[in-house]
Amino acid sequence: MYQYTEFDKQFVKLRAAQFRDQLERWQGGTLAEDEFRPLRLQNGWYVQRFAPMLRVAVPYGELSSAQLRVLATIARDYDKKDAHDLTKANPGLSDLHSLPSACAHFTTRQNVQFNWIPLDKSADVMDLLASVHLHGIQTSGNCIRNTTSDERAGIAADEIADPRPLAEIIRQWSTLHPEFAFLPRKFKIAIVGATDDRAATAWHDVGLHVLKNEAGEVGLRVMVGGGMGRTPVLGTVIRSFLPWNQILNYLEAVVRVYNRWGRRDNIYKARIKILVKAEGQRYIDEVEAEYQQILTVDGAPHTIAQAELDRVTACFVPPASRVGTLPALNNPVAAPVDDKDYTRWLKQNVAAHKNPLLRSVTLSFKRLGYSPGDATGDQLDLSADLADRYSAGETRVTHDQNLVLPWVRADELPALYAEAKAAGLARANIRLLTDMIVCPGGDFCALANARSLPISEAISQRYQDMDELHDLGEIDVHMSGCINSCGHHHSAHIGILGVDKDGQEWYQVTLAGSDGSNLSGPASIGKVVGPSFSAAEVPDVIEAVLDTYRATRTSGEAFIDTLRRVGQDPFKLAANAARTSTARAPKAAAEA
Amino acid sequence: MKIIAATAHTACVEGQKDQVFLANDADPRTLDLAGITRIDLHFPKFTDGRAYSQAFLLRRRLGYTGEIRATGDVLIDQLVQMQRSGFSVAVLREGVDASAAQRQFDRFEGFYQGDAVHVEPHFAETENAAAYAAELARQDSY
Repeated sequence: MYQYTEFDKQFVKLRAAQFRDQLERWQGGTLAEDEFRPLRLQNGWYVQRFAPMLRVAVPYGELSSAQLRVLATIARDYDKKDAHDLTKANPGLSDLHSLPSACAHFTTRQNVQFNWIPLDKSADVMDLLASVHLHGIQTSGNCIRNTTSDERAGIAADEIADPRPLAEIIRQWSTLHPEFAFLPRKFKIAIVGATDDRAATAWHDVGLHVLKNEAGEVGLRVMVGGGMGRTPVLGTVIRSFLPWNQILNYLEAVVRVYNRWGRRDNIYKARIKILVKAEGQRYIDEVEAEYQQILTVDGAPHTIAQAELDRVTACFVPPASRVGTLPALNNPVAAPVDDKDYTRWLKQNVAAHKNPLLRSVTLSFKRLGYSPGDATGDQLDLSADLADRYSAGETRVTHDQNLVLPWVRADELPALYAEAKAAGLARANIRLLTDMIVCPGGDFCALANARSLPISEAISQRYQDMDELHDLGEIDVHMSGCINSCGHHHSAHIGILGVDKDGQEWYQVTLAGSDGSNLSGPASIGKVVGPSFSAAEVPDVIEAVLDTYRATRTSGEAFIDTLRRVGQDPFKLAANAARTSTARAPKAAAEA
Repeated sequence: MKIIAATAHTACVEGQKDQVFLANDADPRTLDLAGITRIDLHFPKFTDGRAYSQAFLLRRRLGYTGEIRATGDVLIDQLVQMQRSGFSVAVLREGVDASAAQRQFDRFEGFYQGDAVHVEPHFAETENAAAYAAELARQDSY
């Protein structure tokens, strides 16, 4: 993991002190509410339906066991539902009793969120976070957000180059950048270095691929202008090979042109994707011209020296306990061969590693009784214990809202499995139907039009049979409670979007979206099946679509491949045949 | 950075050749900077960040050394950003309590990235500074 310098550590503490100063001025009445709002947002503090929501930055997803334990403490001591006035609950959207509290939530951007921390405790929580170099800097607001990466960065067997040193250098550059703190809209960067894109880079404002050219030199392919929301757009490649040491100079050009040209008159048209779409080549030309000026006139001050890359790269060397000293292993995954659950866990939750003696293991946070991606304080502590025992004290938050142990010895898999299973975190469903990406939805989010948690719970309930789940194979189901798309429904094989009509919850279903991973093929936008469905119909619709797949697939064919081969019509037909309430009220459904 | 109250600020006089008010959607590179000693940039809302890029371009790109003045919705929590982007004078919005302003400047010991005033990024001036300079000299200039 990156080893923070004294400068880094002090910086986060000073930022926490700055936030306390702002909070106290707001509480004292010398800082107006609308003036405090962007300041708290740039520290990760939203105000949601019932309470503030805190988003903690996890740079490129890496969390140490010490950090996990502090998150566990915050979950237990501060994430308290009963501390709030709940009488303002929206009876149509909230089932208060079932709402989780005392837990942390893993997000699609590798961050961690809390839902119930009172604002008057916020500065105390920031100090606690700062004690392990955690913070909420730029996890919200119209600024450059936390840079995300591949959950298997630095360990993936298919990696061309480790993206983490550059991710860290970008993190530093973007942190409290004075010129880019008030952009037209939020700005998200993702970087990968493997052949498989596990960070959905095409769906980001800037998507970066670390690669090598024919001469073996390291550089980046730069995509700009991807994003979800009400106008889903895939990023455009504006540079096929940028020398690695120029990335900060180039990003400066990309963001400066956006800051100058991006629309500020309409919040829905303010993202860079709209600018890139509207200006096309003119935007690209302007970025290139600006970049040339940075090089020739400004003196390219942010050119990264090899010495600096070496310094940062040295922070990411494999942990000493996981190199060199490993025993030769004849049977790296010694296990009872007749244990079906364990065999399935090896297949779905355990991935290959650069080091043939090691494995990357995903702990599943998708299980009945818990919202997808939620971890209780105790589960966070248990994960920290597992990380210490089996993974050199390191974990990674995944884009799919799980936790990865990146440094597991192959011969210790059976022991890890037994412990993870006892903790309820060894469900062998990674990348399967019930490993859904789900936003918190109307239960928590002030923007949502519909709930997402009860729908995901209903689908998970129906597909508990592991034989059936494994027979269905790998399927991306993503669900968002509103058009803002935090649940990434656009990129799902089966997407579910909550919409609202006359205060009622309805759900639009999309098919054949792709996040750009190897499983899903080139990134693409899912297509809407038809009019929206009622909440009660959604599980039936999913079942109808999956039954159609089972009846149509060739041997070994994945869901997305069948869908692409035969087209959407038979799936649409089956989905629409599953209507019950909306079939009797087709007009209402059509309007929804 | 000089901080002045709204009452102490007088708008640029039209026709006066040494002062200019630049709208926040204008390109500063179109200005003829000869003889100009003061440029007022505008924040219609404090959340509109275009003037930061304008100030940066004036200071770094165009080498303008005169006064750059922040006007409009100027609050104390953005003063450090303004100073780092090249502003030399800030006119606080009417009614803003200036008592907490100075401690914003005193808080951080340094920042990661270079800016309009302090050009070098943090990584270029740490203990690796010598190695950094040597490497940069060795590397191809793109």
